[in-house]
Amino acid sequence: MTTPISKLPTGIPGFDSISDGGLPKGRTTLLAGTAGSAKTVFAAQFLAEGIGIYGESGVFITFEESPDDIRRNVISLGWDIERWEAEGRWRFVDASPHPDGEVVIGAYDLGALLARIENAIQSIGAQRVSMDSVGAIFSHFTEASVVRHELFRIASVLRALGVTALLTAERTDEYGEVARFGIEEFVADNVIVLRNILEEEKRRRTVEILKFRGTSHNKGEYPFTIMPQEGIVVIPVSAIELKQNSSSIRVSSGNRVLDHMCGGGFFRDSIILVSGSTGTGKTLMTTEFVAGGLKEGERCLMFAFEESAEQLFRNASGWGVDFAKAVRERQLKIVCAYPETAGLEDHLVSMKQTIDEFRPDRVAVDSLSALERVGTVKGFREFVIALTSFVKHKETVGLFTSTTPHLLGGTSITEAHISTITDSIVLLRYVEMFGEMRRGLTVLKMRGSMHDKDIREFKIDGAGMHIGDPFRSVAGILSGQTRHLAPNEVGRIDALFRDDEG
Amino acid sequence: MTELSARFQLKLYVTGQTPRSERVIARVREIAREYLPGDCEPIVIDVLEEPQMAERDRILATPTLIRQFPLPVRRIIGDLTDRPRVLAELGLDDIPYNLHRPSH
Repeated sequence: MTTPISKLPTGIPGFDSISDGGLPKGRTTLLAGTAGSAKTVFAAQFLAEGIGIYGESGVFITFEESPDDIRRNVISLGWDIERWEAEGRWRFVDASPHPDGEVVIGAYDLGALLARIENAIQSIGAQRVSMDSVGAIFSHFTEASVVRHELFRIASVLRALGVTALLTAERTDEYGEVARFGIEEFVADNVIVLRNILEEEKRRRTVEILKFRGTSHNKGEYPFTIMPQEGIVVIPVSAIELKQNSSSIRVSSGNRVLDHMCGGGFFRDSIILVSGSTGTGKTLMTTEFVAGGLKEGERCLMFAFEESAEQLFRNASGWGVDFAKAVRERQLKIVCAYPETAGLEDHLVSMKQTIDEFRPDRVAVDSLSALERVGTVKGFREFVIALTSFVKHKETVGLFTSTTPHLLGGTSITEAHISTITDSIVLLRYVEMFGEMRRGLTVLKMRGSMHDKDIREFKIDGAGMHIGDPFRSVAGILSGQTRHLAPNEVGRIDALFRDDEG
Repeated sequence: MTELSARFQLKLYVTGQTPRSERVIARVREIAREYLPGDCEPIVIDVLEEPQMAERDRILATPTLIRQFPLPVRRIIGDLTDRPRVLAELGLDDIPYNLHRPSH
């Protein structure tokens, strides 16, 4: 009788999401990657998470590094292999080259290796097996056809024993043949590729499931990072996007007039993008947003990538908001970091951890665009999508700011990537009028709600932001090409495009 | 000469009682009989019965013949079809054949 292939959850964060539940159970999966693509970490983590999360023991067959090297290399990831070995939950099969060397005279097979693997699996009742890495055995035994045949035999035995296995293999090119030595020909059913790509002078690690025969998985490359004490963390971009539900509960933006312009405030689980050039009042709007939350007794979390905590405290107190007190009372948490201190994936993972730990009602990021320069365009896009999805998923209202590169008008990369996934967009713009710089604000988008479509003038003073009347005799504010219109012209255009909605 | 020979120790790993195993066991025993004194009987280990021995000696391929003594340790993989090469690897080739022939 044929039964459908089920999955074995690996426990590797994010991987089970992109693989629709883990590795094909009872099968061998080929894990291919170039040198330094974290194959060994993945293979070790497959066993470590099995032991730590599912209580499943594992056998690690090493063809290249000695067991001692592996024990030492992964201890910083929080995996104490020696302890697991003592507890009978982890066993090594040391198939690394013997120091005495060997000569070949006549025909042979790898029957001893097979017997040792079977013995190791049975002795601890292992459900998981990792073999790392198969290229070494091809250089050890030069008769490739024999080795291929023997590996096929090993895969069959593992299948008969019902264990789920990973077999790592080297690749020479990031986008070339799947693996060297034609390995994919005998374990062709399931293939995962790890990549370590240099893109625009930045390192980027990705994982892609090339195929899982007879079972589903997500397609495409997903970025991942390696965290101390944690190991590989895969960032499943599209996988988390699908789970959002939307709320109709409104929360205050912290500014009464802006609430009114948005039709009664922001939505509880929405993402608001505030875009403006330097000095237009983005940090002030962030401050008001946070202060609005604090006033309602909500927990607020702020990520600052441009200013220090002291600067933020000073700015806020300049506008009559006491951040220091809120921080002392643990109602507010401010995380300041320089964008350059880590890669985007690392920033993402640590931001998620902070959000999980602090459990805020509001999250503000000032500014998101400061992180643009840390990664590639593609990497940044994935980062923004992953972060916004994560924040929304937590039913947290998020306000992200984005700095436009030009003083007048313009958009930023951040906006290009984020505008379709944000629920609301607020633009802050300089308006040149009669030899004077004024500030304008408009709600460009407010998903699921009516909103004010005027471009309103606002002023900043010691008490914060004051939103006033719409600009009436100016056109071209958003493009930065302002034109002044005669009052009767304004009236004529208004009559042509009367907008009754609000 | 006997002193040197007495220190000779051979260990042969095979997988199961297959015709190939039988052939290689016969070959090794023949070499031992012709070149080594009677107390140097090679040890034959079947990895299916004693996998932990294979684990300790880190055996991957079968057949594997190990010259445990004299040092340095020598490891020979394969069914040992090329006898002169096997003798050379074991360090038995430079000893005049007749001198070691057991006298009946």
